[in-house]
Formats: sequence, C-alpha cells, structure tokens
Amino acid sequence: MSEHVVPRRVYFLVFALLLLFTALTVAAAFKDLGPFNLVVALGIAAFKATLVVLYFMHVRYNPRLIGLAIALAMAWLMVLIVITFGDYVTRGWVPFPGK
Amino acid sequence: MRADSGAVAAAHAHQFEDAAQQRDAVTLGMWTFLVTEILFFGGLFLAYAIYRWSFPSAFALASRQLDITLGGVNTVVLIASSLTMALAVHAAQTGAGRALLGFLLLTILLGGVFLGIKAVEYRHKFEEHLIPGASFHMPVSEATLSGDIPPDQAIAAGVPATALSAPAEIQRHAQIYFSLYFAMTGMHALHMVIGLGLLAWLALQCRKGRFTPAYFAPVEIVGLYWHFVDIVWIFLFPLLYLVGRHA
Repeated sequence: MSEHVVPRRVYFLVFALLLLFTALTVAAAFKDLGPFNLVVALGIAAFKATLVVLYFMHVRYNPRLIGLAIALAMAWLMVLIVITFGDYVTRGWVPFPGK
Repeated sequence: MRADSGAVAAAHAHQFEDAAQQRDAVTLGMWTFLVTEILFFGGLFLAYAIYRWSFPSAFALASRQLDITLGGVNTVVLIASSLTMALAVHAAQTGAGRALLGFLLLTILLGGVFLGIKAVEYRHKFEEHLIPGASFHMPVSEATLSGDIPPDQAIAAGVPATALSAPAEIQRHAQIYFSLYFAMTGMHALHMVIGLGLLAWLALQCRKGRFTPAYFAPVEIVGLYWHFVDIVWIFLFPLLYLVGRHA
C-alpha cells in the first residue's frame, strides 16, 4: 500500500478499457477463428486482469516485493497446470480427441 | 511518513518502524492470502481445462445454454463495482469521508445486483433441468447433433462420428460442464457474499469515523480482495459463456 494517490482519471481510463475489451471478447467469440478463439479469449482476459492488478490493485505503485509474490503465484500455477495436464495427456485415462 | 509526531505514531502498531513499513507489511500479507486464492481457483480452472479438452463438443453445446446477455451484463456490473471500490480507496486516501461511505455503499449495491442476476440465472438452469443429476436433460436438436461435431475430431479420436454425437454421451459430458459451471460460479458467488459482508463492515467503521488518510488499511485490503474476485470473473465469463459460440 504505497502512499501514492492514483489520479481518478486513471481509474476511469482503466474502467473504459475494461469495458472496451469486454465488448471485444464477446464480439470475437461469435467469429470463427479456429483454434484462436480460445487464444484470443484468454489473451483478452489476461490483459484485463493485468490492468486490474496494476492500477485498481496498485501493484504498479507498490514495492517490487509484491510483484515478486504475484510472479511466484503464477509460477506455481504453471507447475500445477503443466504437470497435471501432462499427466492426463499421456495416460489416456480420458478419450482425448486430440490423441 | 515518519513516526515523529504523535498523531502519526498512533496510526501504526508498535512492532513497525513507521506507518509506511506497516502499510507494506499489510499489503504483502493480503497478497500472500490472494496467492493461495489464485491457486485455489487455479485448481478449478485446471479441472475445467482438462474436461473441456476431453469433451469439446459437449462443452461447446452446454455453454450455449447459458444466457450471454445476463453474463455480459454481470461482467459490466462487476467491473463497475471494481471502479467504485477503487474510488472508495481514493476517497479514503484523500480523507473524503462522505465520498468513501458513498462509494462503499455503491459497491455493495453493484455486488448485490450481480448476485441477484446470478440467482435469476441459477433459477433458469433449475427450471430447464440443467442441474446435474437424475433429471438432467440438455435440449439438443438433431440438426445440432449431426452438424456440430467436427469430423476431424472424431477421426482423430478413432471414434465413429455417430458414437461421438450419441445423445447419451453428450448428456453425460454436458453434466460435467454444468458441475464445473456450478462449482466455479458458486465458489465465486460465495466470495462475493463474503466480500459484501466485509464491505458492510467497512461502511459501519466508516460511519464511526475510523478511517483517516493516515490509517485506512482495511479499506485498501478489502479493495484488493474485491478486485481479485473481479479478476476471477474476468476469466470465468469467456471460459463459461463464450466458449463454442462461433461454431
């Protein structure tokens, strides 16, 4: 919690961007982009989440230790996803269409 | 801000050097909790990813049962509540007590609207027999069934297209989708309810004049929690409502 007071117009700008990208993700969902539908949806969601974290949650103005804590959370999340997914993909417990 | 003056000294606990150090400790502590929350929801998202990858056709069909308008409106409502929460923190920082109370109440109102819309959606799902269980039945037209399964997927799976699109299979796999839908949105809604309780408590404390520009840590960390809940929805909305709309 830094003492930095974020100007209100930054909040309004972030809010406008979040609305814009919500509209974009809905519009993109109705277009057939093949395998990229998921990529676009997740990309936009990640961008929106980053905006919220950096500005609404003040991480941009916080000590770098906070950013490190978040980066570590992401690293653990990747461990969880990559290892579990790798296990499911290679064991054939579920009839995967991709296999 | 140094702890030289009496007024500021009262604003931090004795184990901290100064108010700034206390603020950093509070923020790091809250983020440590949020890290555990990220991994908690991460497990749910992982389960969703594994089953969506396993049963893409059923997931695409099932996701079309959701009301995209209600989901979209709820997304906007929740983003707006994040804005009012951020403005509440701004009001606390600048010592605008009345504005702080106003923004807290506005955030509570928007959170209530979100839960209300969610309740309407749950009611629809109940009436449409989309609760997983014995009476689960997802309406799937024959045209959808025959035309919606990409043949390359069936061939890649080594399964005849007829078997893949068998109504019983689709119904079974759609129940997995709806189990995940209720687990994920239910956990999210539970977090919202807890958040609303915390906001109500903040509003009460604010009315008692507990927050000053030198001390408003509870406002800031409840704000962090509220924004986190918003982020979870930012991922839930496209994954649950928008997946498979294009097909």
